Amino acid sequence: MSNPERTYVDPSINMETEAYWEGTAQGKLLLKRCCSCGETHFYPRAICPHCLSSDTEWFEASGKGKIYSYSIMRRAKIPYVMAYVTLDEGITMMTNIVESDFDDVAVDKAVEVTFRKTESDHSLPVFRLS
Amino acid sequence: MGRSSKAYIAGAFEHPTRKAVDKTIAQLHAEVALGALQDAGLTKDDVDGYFCDGDVPGLGGLSMAEYMGLNLKYIDSTETGGSSYVLHVGHAVDAIAAGKCSVALITLAGRPKAEGVVSLAARDGDGGKLPERGFEIPYAPVITNMYGMAAMRHMYEYGTTSEQLAWIKVAASHHAQHNERAVLRDVVTVEDVVNSPMISDPLHRLDCCVISDGGGALIIVSPEIAKTLGDRCVKVLGSGTSIGHLNGGKFDLTYTGAAVSGPIAFEEAGLKPADIDYASIYDSFTITVLETIEDLGFCAKGDGGKFVSDGNLISGVGKLPFNTDGGGLCNNHPSNRGGMTKVVEAVRQLRGEAHPAVQVPDCTLALAHGTGGQISARHGSATVILGRNDA
Repeated sequence: MSNPERTYVDPSINMETEAYWEGTAQGKLLLKRCCSCGETHFYPRAICPHCLSSDTEWFEASGKGKIYSYSIMRRAKIPYVMAYVTLDEGITMMTNIVESDFDDVAVDKAVEVTFRKTESDHSLPVFRLS
Repeated sequence: MGRSSKAYIAGAFEHPTRKAVDKTIAQLHAEVALGALQDAGLTKDDVDGYFCDGDVPGLGGLSMAEYMGLNLKYIDSTETGGSSYVLHVGHAVDAIAAGKCSVALITLAGRPKAEGVVSLAARDGDGGKLPERGFEIPYAPVITNMYGMAAMRHMYEYGTTSEQLAWIKVAASHHAQHNERAVLRDVVTVEDVVNSPMISDPLHRLDCCVISDGGGALIIVSPEIAKTLGDRCVKVLGSGTSIGHLNGGKFDLTYTGAAVSGPIAFEEAGLKPADIDYASIYDSFTITVLETIEDLGFCAKGDGGKFVSDGNLISGVGKLPFNTDGGGLCNNHPSNRGGMTKVVEAVRQLRGEAHPAVQVPDCTLALAHGTGGQISARHGSATVILGRNDA
């Protein structure tokens, strides 16, 4: 059973992150990896936060992961599930869990990426139980 | 005598208001400054250093310094949210020790209640300039669901329960019943907390702090000046600060920056958690207290739930009396920034001036800890360790 969803506000898009949002528009979740230290990071930056190298590259994530933690915002007009999801690629990102009965959401459950349109028609990655 | 101290807290003042409909923010700053100066036995013209957060009216401390007529040799407006004022104590001590100033004033004031704030969204400032904005704001993070995620993860990893978190509010309420200015004075039970409305799982309404107006101020002075002011001066024995953040997407929500700031402060003081007679612990939510107590070393990571249960934080009952003014959970959370009142109550305890019903007998060593921002994202942490004049 799915729940009604709120309108998603637009992300801020800048020259560091436009490739990420171009990826989501094509249904792809892109991450940044450092060619110098090899670490993947999130949110994506021009400069690796682990070693400050500017030699970073985009790659497509599997879109699969597990719920690291969540909180069901029950006092909102349209309640929603705030979550951190740890991707198979090893980074943890903020997101919402959608298309799922609130009672089914739990830490460590497997999830997969899907996308939602924002106010100005950008694509926002969200996750559903897989 | 006793332990050495590079500087002393000579004045401490908490504004009595909880809803300031008829006062401006600048006016509140001046009122708390005057209150702390009178408490110290000093005047405005003695102040040569000023410390405030980045949220005051004006650019840094410029407008407030002018409003209050301060003539300064030293200024610091480091902004780390609700932890700022605890951090400012450490910075003021260091500035005094370096000879840059000798009487430092720290102020906090705000009026969210009068301005009708009912809940807090995550910071959305700077529009597109905030680098993380696009990866957070569309998901609708607010303060309660962000802290809710920290609590949920702690429960998952360590089996912490809502009932254990509730004990933190219960202890605060036992203290607040004696504070005539507290916003919430009714003693509550574990059942009251877990049966209060769910705000954002697993945090209930009574897991949250109050929203209130007001503020507070502190006066930090050199040892030479402290000698002239008598034995109400409190020693600053150690201080530590840190920033916790999401570390490029590799983080652990069960830890806070207190795991860094606490050990720094304890090391400088030459003390350990077991030496502390009283602790003021930042309490925006019950989970904030639980994780901070673990990170400061009062118990092992994961044992916080057991540690806070059964009244262990209640003065006269438990081993670690905390937030004896009722804290942010029951008394006052002026301007949504609780660090100032944490230091003020610790000073009251060390002077023996807390309410008699909650005064810790022979209170000699105290700790105050501030947290600013969100423990489930980026946040400031600041710890100070304080000693009675003869400690």
